Amino acid sequence: MSGFPRVIPVLLVSDGYLVKPVRFKGEHYIGDPINAVRIFNEKQVDELFICDIDATVKKTGVNYTLIEEIASEAFMPVGYGGGVASAAEARRITGIGIEKVVLGTAALTNPEAISEVAFALGSSSTVVSVDARRRLTGGWDTAVERGRRKTGMTPVEAARRAQELGAGEVLLSSIDRESTFSGFDLPLIEAVSQAVTVPVVALGGASGYDDFRPALDAGASAVAAGSMFVLNGKHRAVLISYPTPSQVRALSRP
Amino acid sequence: MNISLVSYGLGNLGSVVNMGKRAGAKVTLVSTPDEVLASERVILPGVGAFDEGMDRLQSRGLVEALREFAASGRPLLGICLGMQLLLDGSEEGTSPGLGLVPGNSVRFSESAGVRVPHMGWNTVEPTRADPLVEGLPDDSRFYFVHSYRVVPNREEDQLATTNYGGPFASMIRADNVVGAQFHPEKSHAFGMTILKNFAAA
Repeated sequence: MSGFPRVIPVLLVSDGYLVKPVRFKGEHYIGDPINAVRIFNEKQVDELFICDIDATVKKTGVNYTLIEEIASEAFMPVGYGGGVASAAEARRITGIGIEKVVLGTAALTNPEAISEVAFALGSSSTVVSVDARRRLTGGWDTAVERGRRKTGMTPVEAARRAQELGAGEVLLSSIDRESTFSGFDLPLIEAVSQAVTVPVVALGGASGYDDFRPALDAGASAVAAGSMFVLNGKHRAVLISYPTPSQVRALSRP
Repeated sequence: MNISLVSYGLGNLGSVVNMGKRAGAKVTLVSTPDEVLASERVILPGVGAFDEGMDRLQSRGLVEALREFAASGRPLLGICLGMQLLLDGSEEGTSPGLGLVPGNSVRFSESAGVRVPHMGWNTVEPTRADPLVEGLPDDSRFYFVHSYRVVPNREEDQLATTNYGGPFASMIRADNVVGAQFHPEKSHAFGMTILKNFAAA
Protein backbone atom coordinates (compact mmCIF):
# COMPACT_ATOMS: atom_id res chain seq x y z
CA MET A 1 0.00 0.00 0.00
CA SER A 2 1.24 3.47 -0.82
CA GLY A 3 -0.82 5.74 1.36
CA PHE A 4 -4.58 6.20 1.30
CA PRO A 5 -6.35 8.17 -1.37
CA ARG A 6 -7.54 11.44 0.12
CA VAL A 7 -11.23 12.26 0.31
CA ILE A 8 -11.69 16.01 0.55
CA PRO A 9 -14.79 18.07 1.29
CA VAL A 10 -14.78 21.41 -0.50
CA LEU A 11 -16.66 24.23 1.20
CA LEU A 12 -17.63 27.33 -0.70
CA VAL A 13 -18.00 30.60 1.13
CA SER A 14 -19.76 33.75 0.01
CA ASP A 15 -20.03 36.87 2.20
CA GLY A 16 -18.84 34.76 5.12
CA TYR A 17 -21.58 32.16 4.68
CA LEU A 18 -21.35 28.61 3.50
CA VAL A 19 -23.11 28.30 0.15
CA LYS A 20 -23.68 25.66 -2.50
CA PRO A 21 -23.99 26.76 -6.10
CA VAL A 22 -25.01 24.42 -8.93
CA ARG A 23 -22.80 24.35 -12.05
CA PHE A 24 -21.01 27.44 -10.68
CA LYS A 25 -24.28 29.42 -10.48
CA GLY A 26 -26.55 30.50 -7.64
CA GLU A 27 -25.68 30.58 -3.97
CA HIS A 28 -27.98 28.28 -2.03
CA TYR A 29 -27.35 29.13 1.64
CA ILE A 30 -26.07 26.25 3.75
CA GLY A 31 -24.97 27.72 7.07
CA ASP A 32 -22.03 28.82 9.13
CA PRO A 33 -18.66 27.75 7.72
CA ILE A 34 -16.97 27.51 11.13
CA ASN A 35 -19.63 25.15 12.39
CA ALA A 36 -19.13 23.00 9.30
CA VAL A 37 -15.36 22.98 9.85
CA ARG A 38 -15.93 21.89 13.45
CA ILE A 39 -18.15 19.00 12.35
CA PHE A 40 -15.71 17.92 9.65
CA ASN A 41 -12.92 18.06 12.22
CA GLU A 42 -14.87 15.76 14.55
CA LYS A 43 -15.41 13.39 11.65
CA GLN A 44 -11.62 13.40 11.21
CA VAL A 45 -11.71 14.27 7.54
CA ASP A 46 -8.54 13.75 5.52
CA GLU A 47 -8.33 17.31 4.38
CA LEU A 48 -10.56 20.29 3.72
CA PHE A 49 -10.64 22.90 1.00
CA ILE A 50 -12.36 26.21 1.57
CA CYS A 51 -12.88 28.59 -1.28
CA ASP A 52 -14.23 32.10 -0.99
CA ILE A 53 -16.06 32.47 -4.28
CA ASP A 54 -16.61 36.23 -3.94
CA ALA A 55 -13.08 37.25 -3.22
CA THR A 56 -11.97 37.62 -6.82
CA VAL A 57 -15.26 38.29 -8.55
CA LYS A 58 -16.45 40.92 -6.07
CA LYS A 59 -12.87 41.98 -5.33
CA THR A 60 -13.43 41.66 -1.58
CA GLY A 61 -9.91 40.35 -1.04
CA VAL A 62 -8.76 37.62 1.33
CA ASN A 63 -10.92 37.18 4.44
CA TYR A 64 -8.19 36.69 7.08
CA THR A 65 -10.62 36.74 10.02
CA LEU A 66 -12.46 33.76 8.58
CA ILE A 67 -9.17 31.98 7.90
CA GLU A 68 -8.07 32.46 11.51
CA GLU A 69 -11.31 30.99 12.81
CA ILE A 70 -11.01 28.04 10.47
CA ALA A 71 -7.38 27.35 11.36
CA SER A 72 -8.09 27.20 15.09
CA GLU A 73 -10.77 24.53 14.56
CA ALA A 74 -9.16 22.40 11.87
CA PHE A 75 -6.65 19.77 12.98
CA MET A 76 -6.26 18.44 9.50
CA PRO A 77 -4.71 19.95 6.41
CA VAL A 78 -6.68 22.83 4.99
CA GLY A 79 -6.40 24.47 1.60
CA TYR A 80 -7.71 27.99 1.15
CA GLY A 81 -8.59 29.66 -2.09
CA GLY A 82 -10.24 32.90 -3.04
CA GLY A 83 -8.68 36.18 -4.02
CA VAL A 84 -5.09 35.09 -3.45
CA ALA A 85 -2.89 36.84 -5.99
CA SER A 86 0.51 37.36 -4.36
CA ALA A 87 3.20 35.58 -2.38
CA ALA A 88 2.69 38.03 0.49
CA GLU A 89 -0.97 37.06 0.82
CA ALA A 90 -0.09 33.37 0.53
CA ARG A 91 2.53 33.68 3.26
CA ARG A 92 0.10 35.43 5.57
CA ILE A 93 -2.46 32.67 5.04
CA THR A 94 -0.03 29.83 5.76
CA GLY A 95 1.32 31.76 8.74
CA ILE A 96 -2.15 31.61 10.28
CA GLY A 97 -2.14 27.83 10.10
CA ILE A 98 -3.42 26.90 6.66
CA GLU A 99 -1.35 24.32 4.76
CA LYS A 100 -2.17 25.06 1.18
CA VAL A 101 -3.06 28.05 -0.86
CA VAL A 102 -5.25 27.59 -3.91
CA LEU A 103 -4.63 29.94 -6.80
CA GLY A 104 -7.53 30.23 -9.21
CA THR A 105 -8.04 33.25 -11.40
CA ALA A 106 -4.61 34.65 -10.57
CA ALA A 107 -2.92 31.45 -11.77
CA LEU A 108 -4.48 31.78 -15.19
CA THR A 109 -4.37 35.53 -15.71
CA ASN A 110 -0.99 36.14 -14.08
CA PRO A 111 0.94 32.84 -14.22
CA GLU A 112 4.00 34.38 -12.54
CA ALA A 113 1.89 34.34 -9.38
CA ILE A 114 2.26 30.54 -9.37
CA SER A 115 6.06 30.67 -9.33
CA GLU A 116 6.09 33.45 -6.75
CA VAL A 117 3.82 31.56 -4.41
CA ALA A 118 5.59 28.24 -5.05
CA PHE A 119 8.92 29.91 -4.30
CA ALA A 120 7.55 31.41 -1.08
CA LEU A 121 5.65 28.37 0.21
CA GLY A 122 7.15 25.41 -1.60
CA SER A 123 5.38 23.43 -4.28
CA SER A 124 3.53 21.14 -1.92
CA SER A 125 1.64 24.09 -0.46
CA THR A 126 0.84 25.60 -3.83
CA VAL A 127 -2.36 24.38 -5.46
CA VAL A 128 -3.68 25.63 -8.77
CA SER A 129 -7.35 25.20 -9.46
CA VAL A 130 -8.40 24.45 -13.01
CA ASP A 131 -12.10 24.89 -13.75
CA ALA A 132 -13.08 22.98 -16.87
CA ARG A 133 -16.20 23.30 -18.99
CA ARG A 134 -17.04 20.89 -21.78
CA ARG A 135 -17.02 22.32 -25.28
CA LEU A 136 -19.91 21.43 -27.54
CA THR A 137 -17.34 20.40 -30.11
CA GLY A 138 -15.51 18.09 -27.72
CA GLY A 139 -12.74 18.69 -25.22
CA TRP A 140 -12.82 21.34 -22.53
CA ASP A 141 -12.14 25.02 -21.96
CA THR A 142 -10.54 26.36 -18.82
CA ALA A 143 -12.56 29.19 -17.30
CA VAL A 144 -11.81 31.75 -14.60
CA GLU A 145 -13.81 34.09 -12.39
CA ARG A 146 -16.25 31.39 -11.34
CA GLY A 147 -16.69 30.15 -14.88
CA ARG A 148 -17.53 33.56 -16.28
CA ARG A 149 -14.56 33.97 -18.55
CA LYS A 150 -12.75 31.60 -20.92
CA THR A 151 -8.97 31.58 -20.85
CA GLY A 152 -8.24 30.09 -24.25
CA MET A 153 -6.37 27.23 -22.59
CA THR A 154 -7.48 23.64 -22.27
CA PRO A 155 -7.37 22.08 -18.79
CA VAL A 156 -4.42 19.97 -19.91
CA GLU A 157 -2.50 23.09 -20.95
CA ALA A 158 -3.44 24.96 -17.80
CA ALA A 159 -2.45 22.05 -15.55
CA ARG A 160 0.83 21.50 -17.37
CA ARG A 161 1.76 25.14 -17.13
CA ALA A 162 0.83 25.17 -13.44
CA GLN A 163 3.14 22.24 -12.81
CA GLU A 164 5.97 23.80 -14.82
CA LEU A 165 5.69 26.98 -12.79
CA GLY A 166 5.89 25.11 -9.51
CA ALA A 167 2.38 24.09 -8.46
CA GLY A 168 2.44 20.91 -6.39
CA GLU A 169 -1.18 19.98 -6.91
CA VAL A 170 -4.03 20.62 -9.31
CA LEU A 171 -7.60 21.02 -8.08
CA LEU A 172 -9.54 20.00 -11.16
CA SER A 173 -13.20 21.02 -11.18
CA SER A 174 -15.82 20.11 -13.70
CA ILE A 175 -18.12 23.11 -14.04
CA ASP A 176 -20.73 21.01 -15.85
CA ARG A 177 -20.93 18.49 -13.04
CA GLU A 178 -20.87 20.76 -9.98
CA SER A 179 -23.63 19.83 -7.57
CA THR A 180 -25.38 17.67 -10.17
CA PHE A 181 -24.81 14.31 -8.40
CA SER A 182 -24.11 12.82 -11.83
CA GLY A 183 -20.66 11.37 -11.22
CA PHE A 184 -17.19 12.70 -12.02
CA ASP A 185 -16.15 13.73 -15.53
CA LEU A 186 -13.83 10.75 -15.91
CA PRO A 187 -12.34 11.58 -19.34
CA LEU A 188 -11.41 15.02 -17.99
CA ILE A 189 -9.70 13.48 -14.97
CA GLU A 190 -7.88 11.02 -17.17
CA ALA A 191 -6.67 13.67 -19.63
CA VAL A 192 -5.30 15.98 -16.93
CA SER A 193 -3.85 13.23 -14.70
CA GLN A 194 -1.90 11.87 -17.65
CA ALA A 195 -0.56 15.32 -18.52
CA VAL A 196 1.01 16.07 -15.12
CA THR A 197 2.97 14.17 -12.49
CA VAL A 198 1.76 16.23 -9.53
CA PRO A 199 -1.33 15.01 -7.66
CA VAL A 200 -4.68 15.83 -9.24
CA VAL A 201 -7.70 16.37 -6.97
CA ALA A 202 -10.95 15.63 -8.81
CA LEU A 203 -13.99 17.73 -7.98
CA GLY A 204 -17.49 17.99 -9.38
CA GLY A 205 -20.31 15.51 -9.69
CA ALA A 206 -19.81 13.02 -6.86
CA SER A 207 -23.09 11.52 -5.68
CA GLY A 208 -21.87 8.76 -3.40
CA TYR A 209 -18.84 6.81 -2.25
CA ASP A 210 -19.18 4.55 -5.27
CA ASP A 211 -18.14 7.44 -7.51
CA PHE A 212 -14.71 7.70 -5.88
CA ARG A 213 -13.09 4.52 -7.16
CA PRO A 214 -13.65 5.32 -10.85
CA ALA A 215 -12.18 8.81 -10.39
CA LEU A 216 -9.11 7.34 -8.70
CA ASP A 217 -8.82 4.73 -11.43
CA ALA A 218 -8.97 7.55 -13.98
CA GLY A 219 -5.80 8.93 -12.39
CA ALA A 220 -6.91 11.27 -9.62
CA SER A 221 -4.75 11.18 -6.49
CA ALA A 222 -7.58 12.50 -4.36
CA VAL A 223 -11.32 12.87 -4.69
CA ALA A 224 -13.23 15.93 -3.58
CA ALA A 225 -16.87 16.79 -3.25
CA GLY A 226 -19.01 19.65 -2.06
CA SER A 227 -22.70 18.89 -2.25
CA MET A 228 -22.35 15.21 -1.43
CA PHE A 229 -20.82 16.06 1.96
CA VAL A 230 -23.15 18.90 2.92
CA LEU A 231 -26.49 18.05 1.32
CA ASN A 232 -28.77 15.04 1.58
CA GLY A 233 -31.63 13.66 -0.49
CA LYS A 234 -33.58 15.07 -3.38
CA HIS A 235 -34.67 18.09 -1.37
CA ARG A 236 -31.02 18.92 -0.79
CA ALA A 237 -31.44 19.26 2.97
CA VAL A 238 -28.31 20.31 4.78
CA LEU A 239 -26.60 17.32 6.38
CA ILE A 240 -22.89 17.04 6.88
CA SER A 241 -21.53 13.57 6.23
CA TYR A 242 -18.19 11.91 5.59
CA PRO A 243 -17.03 8.31 5.10
CA THR A 244 -15.64 6.42 8.08
CA PRO A 245 -11.88 5.72 8.22
CA SER A 246 -12.49 2.14 7.09
CA GLN A 247 -14.55 3.34 4.13
CA VAL A 248 -11.68 5.64 3.13
CA ARG A 249 -9.17 2.82 3.56
CA ALA A 250 -11.27 0.58 1.37
CA LEU A 251 -10.46 2.96 -1.49
CA SER A 252 -6.77 2.04 -1.34
CA ARG A 253 -5.36 0.23 -4.30
CA PRO A 254 -4.51 -3.36 -3.38
CA MET B 1 4.31 21.66 29.54
CA ASN B 2 6.23 24.48 27.85
CA ILE B 3 7.10 24.14 24.21
CA SER B 4 9.24 26.59 22.28
CA LEU B 5 8.49 26.75 18.60
CA VAL B 6 11.31 28.05 16.42
CA SER B 7 10.08 30.91 14.28
CA TYR B 8 12.46 31.42 11.38
CA GLY B 9 10.13 32.37 8.59
CA LEU B 10 9.41 28.84 7.40
CA GLY B 11 6.63 26.52 8.34
CA ASN B 12 3.15 26.45 9.58
CA LEU B 13 3.55 27.91 13.05
CA GLY B 14 -0.15 28.68 13.43
CA SER B 15 -1.13 25.01 13.20
CA VAL B 16 1.41 23.88 15.77
CA VAL B 17 0.37 26.67 18.13
CA ASN B 18 -3.31 25.79 17.68
CA MET B 19 -2.80 22.11 18.37
CA GLY B 20 -0.35 22.78 21.21
CA LYS B 21 -3.03 24.88 22.90
CA ARG B 22 -5.62 22.15 22.37
CA ALA B 23 -3.15 19.65 23.85
CA GLY B 24 -2.84 21.81 26.96
CA ALA B 25 0.73 22.95 26.36
CA LYS B 26 2.04 26.47 26.50
CA VAL B 27 3.58 27.23 23.12
CA THR B 28 5.98 30.16 22.80
CA LEU B 29 7.52 31.36 19.56
CA VAL B 30 11.30 31.71 19.78
CA SER B 31 13.53 33.31 17.18
CA THR B 32 16.82 34.21 18.86
CA PRO B 33 19.70 32.02 20.09
CA ASP B 34 19.12 33.12 23.70
CA GLU B 35 15.45 32.19 23.53
CA VAL B 36 16.27 28.77 22.09
CA LEU B 37 18.87 28.12 24.76
CA ALA B 38 16.48 29.14 27.53
CA SER B 39 13.82 26.66 26.33
CA GLU B 40 12.62 23.51 28.09
CA ARG B 41 11.88 21.73 24.83
CA VAL B 42 12.01 22.90 21.26
CA ILE B 43 10.05 22.13 18.13
CA LEU B 44 11.73 22.97 14.82
CA PRO B 45 8.97 23.16 12.22
CA GLY B 46 9.56 23.78 8.55
CA VAL B 47 7.99 23.62 5.14
CA GLY B 48 9.95 24.46 2.04
CA ALA B 49 13.39 24.03 0.59
CA PHE B 50 16.38 22.65 2.51
CA ASP B 51 18.90 25.40 1.71
CA GLU B 52 16.42 28.16 2.42
CA GLY B 53 15.74 26.55 5.79
CA MET B 54 19.43 26.36 6.70
CA ASP B 55 20.07 29.91 5.40
CA ARG B 56 17.29 31.25 7.59
CA LEU B 57 18.58 29.41 10.66
CA GLN B 58 22.12 30.57 9.91
CA SER B 59 21.23 34.23 9.43
CA ARG B 60 19.47 34.25 12.82
CA GLY B 61 22.37 32.57 14.60
CA LEU B 62 20.16 29.57 15.30
CA VAL B 63 22.37 26.82 13.84
CA GLU B 64 24.84 27.00 16.71
CA ALA B 65 22.06 27.60 19.24
CA LEU B 66 20.16 24.49 18.16
CA ARG B 67 23.34 22.40 18.26
CA GLU B 68 24.10 23.66 21.76
CA PHE B 69 20.51 23.09 22.84
CA ALA B 70 20.60 19.52 21.53
CA ALA B 71 23.94 18.87 23.23
CA SER B 72 22.38 19.90 26.55
CA GLY B 73 20.14 16.83 26.39
CA ARG B 74 16.83 18.67 26.30
CA PRO B 75 14.13 17.40 23.91
CA LEU B 76 14.22 18.68 20.33
CA LEU B 77 11.57 17.68 17.78
CA GLY B 78 11.92 18.42 14.08
CA ILE B 79 8.77 18.32 11.97
CA CYS B 80 8.79 17.76 8.20
CA LEU B 81 11.60 19.92 6.75
CA GLY B 82 12.56 20.61 10.38
CA MET B 83 13.31 16.89 10.72
CA GLN B 84 15.37 16.84 7.53
CA LEU B 85 17.43 19.80 8.81
CA LEU B 86 18.49 17.65 11.80
CA LEU B 87 20.62 15.47 9.50
CA ASP B 88 23.91 16.18 7.73
CA GLY B 89 22.52 17.34 4.42
CA SER B 90 20.08 16.74 1.61
CA GLU B 91 20.02 15.96 -2.08
CA GLU B 92 17.71 18.96 -2.35
CA GLY B 93 20.49 21.46 -1.64
CA THR B 94 24.15 22.05 -0.97
CA SER B 95 24.05 23.52 2.55
CA PRO B 96 25.20 21.35 5.41
CA GLY B 97 22.42 20.45 7.84
CA LEU B 98 22.48 20.67 11.64
CA GLY B 99 24.35 17.36 11.82
CA LEU B 100 22.52 16.16 14.94
CA VAL B 101 21.53 12.84 13.40
CA PRO B 102 24.00 11.23 10.98
CA GLY B 103 22.48 10.79 7.53
CA ASN B 104 21.01 12.62 4.56
CA SER B 105 17.75 13.21 2.73
CA VAL B 106 17.11 11.84 -0.72
CA ARG B 107 14.31 12.43 -3.21
CA PHE B 108 11.58 9.87 -3.75
CA SER B 109 11.86 8.27 -7.16
CA GLU B 110 8.73 8.65 -9.22
CA SER B 111 7.22 5.43 -10.50
CA ALA B 112 3.83 3.94 -11.22
CA GLY B 113 1.55 4.77 -8.31
CA VAL B 114 4.25 6.85 -6.62
CA ARG B 115 3.69 10.51 -7.32
CA VAL B 116 6.03 13.07 -5.83
CA PRO B 117 5.41 14.80 -3.46
CA HIS B 118 4.12 12.09 -1.16
CA MET B 119 1.04 13.97 -0.08
CA GLY B 120 -1.69 12.55 2.08
CA TRP B 121 -2.40 10.18 4.94
CA ASN B 122 -0.35 7.14 5.63
CA THR B 123 0.36 4.74 8.44
CA VAL B 124 3.40 4.89 10.68
CA GLU B 125 4.87 1.67 12.08
CA PRO B 126 7.07 2.21 15.13
CA THR B 127 10.15 -0.03 14.99
CA ARG B 128 10.37 -0.15 18.79
CA ALA B 129 8.64 1.07 21.92
CA ASP B 130 9.33 4.74 22.62
CA PRO B 131 7.71 7.36 24.84
CA LEU B 132 7.01 9.50 21.75
CA VAL B 133 4.75 6.88 20.15
CA GLU B 134 3.14 5.64 23.36
CA GLY B 135 -0.63 5.31 23.33
CA LEU B 136 -1.07 5.43 19.56
CA PRO B 137 -4.01 3.31 18.42
CA ASP B 138 -3.38 0.61 15.81
CA ASP B 139 -5.25 2.47 13.10
CA SER B 140 -3.22 5.66 13.55
CA ARG B 141 -2.69 7.67 10.41
CA PHE B 142 -0.69 10.79 9.78
CA TYR B 143 -0.57 13.55 7.22
CA PHE B 144 2.51 13.74 5.02
CA VAL B 145 3.64 16.31 2.47
CA HIS B 146 7.20 15.86 1.24
CA SER B 147 9.34 15.07 -1.77
CA TYR B 148 12.47 14.04 0.14
CA ARG B 149 12.87 11.33 2.77
CA VAL B 150 15.52 10.97 5.43
CA VAL B 151 18.01 8.14 5.41
CA PRO B 152 19.73 7.90 8.80
CA ASN B 153 23.16 6.25 8.66
CA ARG B 154 22.51 4.22 11.79
CA GLU B 155 19.59 1.85 11.68
CA GLU B 156 18.94 2.39 15.37
CA ASP B 157 18.11 6.06 14.73
CA GLN B 158 15.03 4.99 12.81
CA LEU B 159 12.04 5.11 15.15
CA ALA B 160 9.20 4.40 12.71
CA THR B 161 8.73 3.53 9.07
CA THR B 162 6.11 4.31 6.48
CA ASN B 163 5.57 2.69 3.13
CA TYR B 164 5.56 4.82 0.00
CA GLY B 165 6.97 2.93 -2.95
CA GLY B 166 8.98 1.09 -0.26
CA PRO B 167 9.60 1.71 3.43
CA PHE B 168 11.26 4.93 4.59
CA ALA B 169 12.07 6.45 7.98
CA SER B 170 9.04 8.51 9.00
CA MET B 171 10.27 9.09 12.55
CA ILE B 172 13.80 9.22 13.92
CA ARG B 173 15.42 9.43 17.31
CA ALA B 174 19.04 9.96 18.31
CA ASP B 175 18.92 10.30 22.11
CA ASN B 176 17.02 13.52 22.86
CA VAL B 177 16.73 14.56 19.22
CA VAL B 178 13.58 13.29 17.49
CA GLY B 179 11.96 13.92 14.17
CA ALA B 180 8.65 13.31 12.44
CA GLN B 181 8.35 13.53 8.67
CA PHE B 182 4.56 13.89 8.92
CA HIS B 183 2.65 16.79 10.41
CA PRO B 184 1.40 15.84 13.89
CA GLU B 185 -0.30 19.25 14.12
CA LYS B 186 -2.47 18.26 11.15
CA SER B 187 -3.10 14.63 12.05
CA HIS B 188 -6.16 14.82 14.29
CA ALA B 189 -6.04 12.90 17.58
CA PHE B 190 -3.12 10.78 16.35
CA GLY B 191 -0.85 13.78 16.01
CA MET B 192 -2.18 15.20 19.26
CA THR B 193 -0.97 12.03 21.03
CA ILE B 194 2.54 12.58 19.70
CA LEU B 195 2.59 16.26 20.63
CA LYS B 196 1.32 15.41 24.13
CA ASN B 197 3.98 12.75 24.49
CA PHE B 198 6.64 15.24 23.41
CA ALA B 199 5.27 17.91 25.75
CA ALA B 200 5.55 15.42 28.62
CA ALA B 201 9.11 14.39 27.71
